[in-house]
Amino acid sequence: MDVEYKTVRNTLVVRVKGELDMLIADKMRQEIDRRLEENGIKNLIFNLEKVTFIDSSGLGVIIGRYKKVSAVSGRMFIVGAKNPVEKILHFSGINRLVPMYNTEQDIINL
Amino acid sequence: MSIVNYVRFEFPSVPENVSFARSCVGAFVSQLNCTLDDIEEIKLVVSEAVSNSIIHGYENRKDGKIEIIASLHDDRSLELTVKDYGKGIENLEQALQPSYSSDPNRMGLGFTFMKSFMDEMEISSKPREGTIVLLKRHFLNQDRQAYA
Repeated sequence: MDVEYKTVRNTLVVRVKGELDMLIADKMRQEIDRRLEENGIKNLIFNLEKVTFIDSSGLGVIIGRYKKVSAVSGRMFIVGAKNPVEKILHFSGINRLVPMYNTEQDIINL
Repeated sequence: MSIVNYVRFEFPSVPENVSFARSCVGAFVSQLNCTLDDIEEIKLVVSEAVSNSIIHGYENRKDGKIEIIASLHDDRSLELTVKDYGKGIENLEQALQPSYSSDPNRMGLGFTFMKSFMDEMEISSKPREGTIVLLKRHFLNQDRQAYA
């Protein structure tokens, strides 16, 4: 599992690769929270284009960050999710809270 | 209904083994020639059951033991047992509520996924003794699945 973090102005982009389960969920949660708090970042983009598996530990990271970002009136997006990940995001109802797009460029064009 | 093949394995409650366990069971189930979607659902179910054992049963201790038995039956069904010797579930009814979690960082979807993607789920748990999750899933014949 690789996680790449990139800050663009007040937005943190998190690009995840591999399987998103409890093995990396805690570490990823801590790293995102640290970056959100230290850098005064408001918005968050999860790029899941290269994620091949997600379970409720991974969903927990996403929904928990949604609550944090929403608490400071920030916005959060998910991009690039494909099956089977997309199916699980829909099943969990996260897609009703967090807008989903195909690419990061789609969000920049908003 | 008789068993045509089975696998039984055990491993310590370390997070690295969640991926190992779901991959093993996924590979084993693929013998039924089910769809990739089916295999992904089974892998998710195994991931949830094993994660529950580690996080809740053993409270993230790494010295616990988790056992998995998976068996394939001649009616194209899978029976899966995930067993731990952890602290058990005090209030099973509460634990089975969708969105309930004793850990605020989790979504409480573990049992919901298991129930949704399997045909049958039985849980037996005793405080301080552990938890056994028994799951069953019937796969349609491929011909019927094509029209389902």
